Amino acid sequence: MAAESGGNAMKTLKYVIPLAIFGILCVFLAIGLTKDPRKVPSPLIDKPAPAFSLAQLHEPQATFSPGQMKGKVWMLNVWASWCVSCRVEHPVLNDMSRKGIVTIVGLNYKDQRADATKWLQQHGNPYALSAWDIDGKVGIDYGVYGAPETFVIDKQGVIRYKHIGPISPQDVEKILLPLFAKLNA
Amino acid sequence: MKKLLAPLLLAASLGAWGQSTEIANPDPKVEARLKSIAHELRCLVCQNQTIADSDAPLAVDLRQQTRKMIAEGRSDDEIRAYMVERYGDFVLYKPPFNVVTAVLWVAPALLIIGGLGGLAVMIRRRRDAMAAAAPVPAPDPARRREIEALLAGEEDPKKG
Repeated sequence: MAAESGGNAMKTLKYVIPLAIFGILCVFLAIGLTKDPRKVPSPLIDKPAPAFSLAQLHEPQATFSPGQMKGKVWMLNVWASWCVSCRVEHPVLNDMSRKGIVTIVGLNYKDQRADATKWLQQHGNPYALSAWDIDGKVGIDYGVYGAPETFVIDKQGVIRYKHIGPISPQDVEKILLPLFAKLNA
Repeated sequence: MKKLLAPLLLAASLGAWGQSTEIANPDPKVEARLKSIAHELRCLVCQNQTIADSDAPLAVDLRQQTRKMIAEGRSDDEIRAYMVERYGDFVLYKPPFNVVTAVLWVAPALLIIGGLGGLAVMIRRRRDAMAAAAPVPAPDPARRREIEALLAGEEDPKKG
């Protein structure tokens, strides 16, 4: 009798184990489907923002370097006039700027000065200033591989968050506002 | 014939053009090293291409940066480290072994060991089962005759 029930248990296991493996596989694949392979985690998170000194977009004689922002929570937003997704994101940045949520510094990435300034005239300028990265060197130091990308940098000058792709109003509500609150606390 | 040859040769040479015209006076030594390094680096814009193969602007920039570092006399490891610092391990086609990639590296070995173990258990079980099974008894002579008669197509010998 005991042997028979043992045999039954084995038989059940024979069906349950492959089913369980299949189930686990499904869970992993389902998680994989929700992830965007274009969003590669940045190794720069929790590291000091790479230093640079670039001419400003509107005032070519003036320079900008991240050190000037020490003591402030700020956002470095990589943008360009040729960047289509930046147009999608731009109203959100304008809105954040209007509400005075955070200081946004632009990193104008591989763009001509005239094109960039014209683009800001057309779409509004949410930036306290934009640094002009004509050859994309600073972009490389920040691991930029597509605009728009946004870095949140804390009072100590440490990168705390990187957003790849356009920021949506939901991202502001769910990710950025709580993060700013935490960093400003 | 010559008229035909010229455009053909031109077409054939165009394929090689793309990257050699990227800089004015390419140094063959630098280009050779660039090629060997860039083939191990992933272009993050077009993720299934290497930096050597891609024509994306970022790949062009990174090739240029690599050329510069080669000219500065930096080692291959230093150049790879430079890329990883900025773009993460994902930039390497051969990811290093660390906490994050441990599963990636160990899983195939574990799967093979598990599979072989499972196979060994199954084979042993089957062998044991076969040994334990009683030998097939030979049919008794009377029954055997009956069967043979039936096979030969005769009427049931019992009836007859």
